[in-house]
Amino acid sequence: MDTMGWIAVGSVLAAGICMGLGAIGSAIGEGIALSRALSSIAQQPDETNTIIKFLFVGMAMVESTGIYCLVLSMILLFANPFWAYFLEKAGG
Amino acid sequence: MEISPDSIEYTRWGLAVLNATILYTWGVMLLIVLFSWSVVRRLTSSTDFDFCQNLLEVLVGNLLNQIEDATRQNPARFLPFLGTLFIFILVSNILTFVPGFKPPTGSLSTTTALALCVFFAVPYYGIREHGLKNYLAGYLQPTPFLLPFNIFGELSRTVALALRLFGNIMSGSMMGAILLLLAPLFVPVVMQLVGLLIGVVQAYIFTMLAAVFIASGMEAHTETAKRKQKE
Repeated sequence: MDTMGWIAVGSVLAAGICMGLGAIGSAIGEGIALSRALSSIAQQPDETNTIIKFLFVGMAMVESTGIYCLVLSMILLFANPFWAYFLEKAGG
Repeated sequence: MEISPDSIEYTRWGLAVLNATILYTWGVMLLIVLFSWSVVRRLTSSTDFDFCQNLLEVLVGNLLNQIEDATRQNPARFLPFLGTLFIFILVSNILTFVPGFKPPTGSLSTTTALALCVFFAVPYYGIREHGLKNYLAGYLQPTPFLLPFNIFGELSRTVALALRLFGNIMSGSMMGAILLLLAPLFVPVVMQLVGLLIGVVQAYIFTMLAAVFIASGMEAHTETAKRKQKE
């Protein structure tokens, strides 16, 4: 296989692995946060609004690793800098 | 496939480029300003006000409540900044369902600009509250060795703020485009609805995170000032 083929294989594989591992981490974190929030709402129903607000904010922070992975795999798939470089080299 | 509306160019005068992001940002701004202006022009304090005035009153009232909950301080001075952020992000995310509209929040330059506003708002409110010296002393807490980490924390949460909004909105429109190729009948509609929900939640989260950052900056420095006074 030539260089272009290897770059394509590498990009797709890297995007898949990146998205998969990234999703696992933040999903486990958000699951734990949600379960704790639900059990604390069950114990203190009066504080529901406060708990929900902190849950949202905390989940947003946890989620950012997942978002990084998503952006990275999107870039690898659709706006790959290596791909563009070799296309330019092959064309020019 | 376009990863961001930045790459769609309409006209170009020398260095100045009119791309889709700028065009739709100004469109959203014009929409908000015209709507608010047309409502505010005929405000009434009687009981028979119309739907639009009711909408704005509910919006501003709820924003005040939410900001007060998040910061535990008088929300009136945060309302101009945080309310503007919320309304702009909300309107541009909700307008996603209009065909042909590219949400400006799906471009990294817009979200970076918004995150930079938050980045500069935190020291602005902090310094206005405690003065420059007390605010800067807050970076040396608990020990001066943590100064680089404090600064890095400020920078990294700005980057996270920008990337989160960009990633969510961009992936929403990207998924829609991909699903339109794979399953063009019903699935894209469902994904659009999910995207609408995500857009509203992201606007809320962005505003709440900004409120929490500003409030935490002010509170942390309040403690420093108090400790100084005791000593």
